[in-house]
Amino acid sequence: MANRWKNTLTDRDVTDDGVYLNRRHIIAGAAAGLGLSGIGQSASAEDLEPTSWDDITSYCNYYEFGTRKDDPSKYAHMLTTEPWSVKIDGMVDKPGDYAFEDIMSKMTVEERIYRFRCVEAWSMVVPWNGFELADLLELAGVQSDAKYAAFETVNRPEEMPGMRYPVLDWPYVEGLRMDEAMHPLTIMATGIYGKDIPNQNGAPLRLVVPWKYGFKSIKSIVRITLTDTQPPTSWNKAGPREYGFYSNVNPEVDHPRWSQASERVLGTGLFARRQDTLMFNGYAEEVASLYEGMDLTKFY
Amino acid sequence: MTLSDLINTGLRRIPPWTIYLASFAYAGWLLWLGIDNRVGADPVKALEHQLGEVALYLLVLGLAVSPLRRTLGINLLKFRRAIGLACFFFVACHLLVWAVLDVQRLDRVWADIVKRPYITVGMAAFVLLLPLAMTSNNVSVRKMGAAAWGKLHKLIYPAAILGAVHYVMLVKGWQVRPLVFLGVILGLIAWRYLSKLPSRQSATREIL
Repeated sequence: MANRWKNTLTDRDVTDDGVYLNRRHIIAGAAAGLGLSGIGQSASAEDLEPTSWDDITSYCNYYEFGTRKDDPSKYAHMLTTEPWSVKIDGMVDKPGDYAFEDIMSKMTVEERIYRFRCVEAWSMVVPWNGFELADLLELAGVQSDAKYAAFETVNRPEEMPGMRYPVLDWPYVEGLRMDEAMHPLTIMATGIYGKDIPNQNGAPLRLVVPWKYGFKSIKSIVRITLTDTQPPTSWNKAGPREYGFYSNVNPEVDHPRWSQASERVLGTGLFARRQDTLMFNGYAEEVASLYEGMDLTKFY
Repeated sequence: MTLSDLINTGLRRIPPWTIYLASFAYAGWLLWLGIDNRVGADPVKALEHQLGEVALYLLVLGLAVSPLRRTLGINLLKFRRAIGLACFFFVACHLLVWAVLDVQRLDRVWADIVKRPYITVGMAAFVLLLPLAMTSNNVSVRKMGAAAWGKLHKLIYPAAILGAVHYVMLVKGWQVRPLVFLGVILGLIAWRYLSKLPSRQSATREIL
């Protein structure tokens, strides 16, 4: 099942972790006539250069730990991620609690370097490690009448201080149409830069749907339910006018409060130019056919 | 000697220009941190938010001058103009960072002001602050007459409310911090009406 999707970003696009972390020094060194190889490397990666580990793991939206970008990295250590199991139920042949270790022993983990576009109009490039959601769902046996997959984030107010505030209707829930869930681009991520995914980024396993706004990629999943009715999604419940069920990255459909035509690329500095946002976040070739005949301004 | 006397004695030794100096220094420091890439992954937003938040703190402080004096006897009157102008300075920086570093294009700046309610509200607050900042000098007070000047400067109330509403509107969901700001600002304004209303004359005397 895995490897059906051909990654257009290659290993060459990944800045070595060490090089990245030292980039500031490399650039400083280059100015003094040193470290020219470092400059060459970053130039070859150009605009698809993965964001640094530090930026990816310190700039997070995980409102269960607080609404400030640095709250998750400050408080997410409180979350216990071992043991972990995912309940898979609904329209599957083998419903039940699937232990994280058992899942991992059966899955093929690969690296997927994906663009990540937040609904707040910033973006990153993340080198995820994970497996295709389709493989996990097939492990449980997808029944033919299942039309949607519903997801739920762990619900532990005692370990998640942001849950003291009713910013959203806890627990966080998300959903995909079945063809979206089974699409080879859709992965369950378990790592970043080859390391275990940090709690603030959704440990131990989270969804990643790269052609949709980041909030669709629900974190720290404890339950997946296959249904024949469209499941509720947290942001849609909080503001249906602003966050539709699909939430596909679409430069032509603005968020009511801000334009989605362009994005700020994180880690590029104070004076960096905004970048034009690509249709379906750059994955139009792979996913546009899923939405053929749909009015995307209506199904946003 | 009461605590408020002690505080007032201490305050007497601080000249108001220290507020201007601290404001310029802090804004410059923030800009430097941004240039030096030390404010996290998204320096534009970090700067934008920090400048806006400082402006809100100064708004609250400015609105608290009268209540503090009347309820606790702490006298910050001589700092009020500096607080107000510093607030305007941070609002202007906030606006500049948004327009120049964040949006980056003049046509989009205008489109956003017209199209995005939270930006419209923020811009309205800025526009209300403009005449206040321009008349925050002794010449203007003399030319306008104290009563008219005092009346004009009541624009700070709608401006403060719009500023807080701008913050509430721009975040995703109902978040605590912006609501606290809005609550405190509404409370400080309500205090003026709920407490024995200072007559226009005594309000004018305060300003002078």
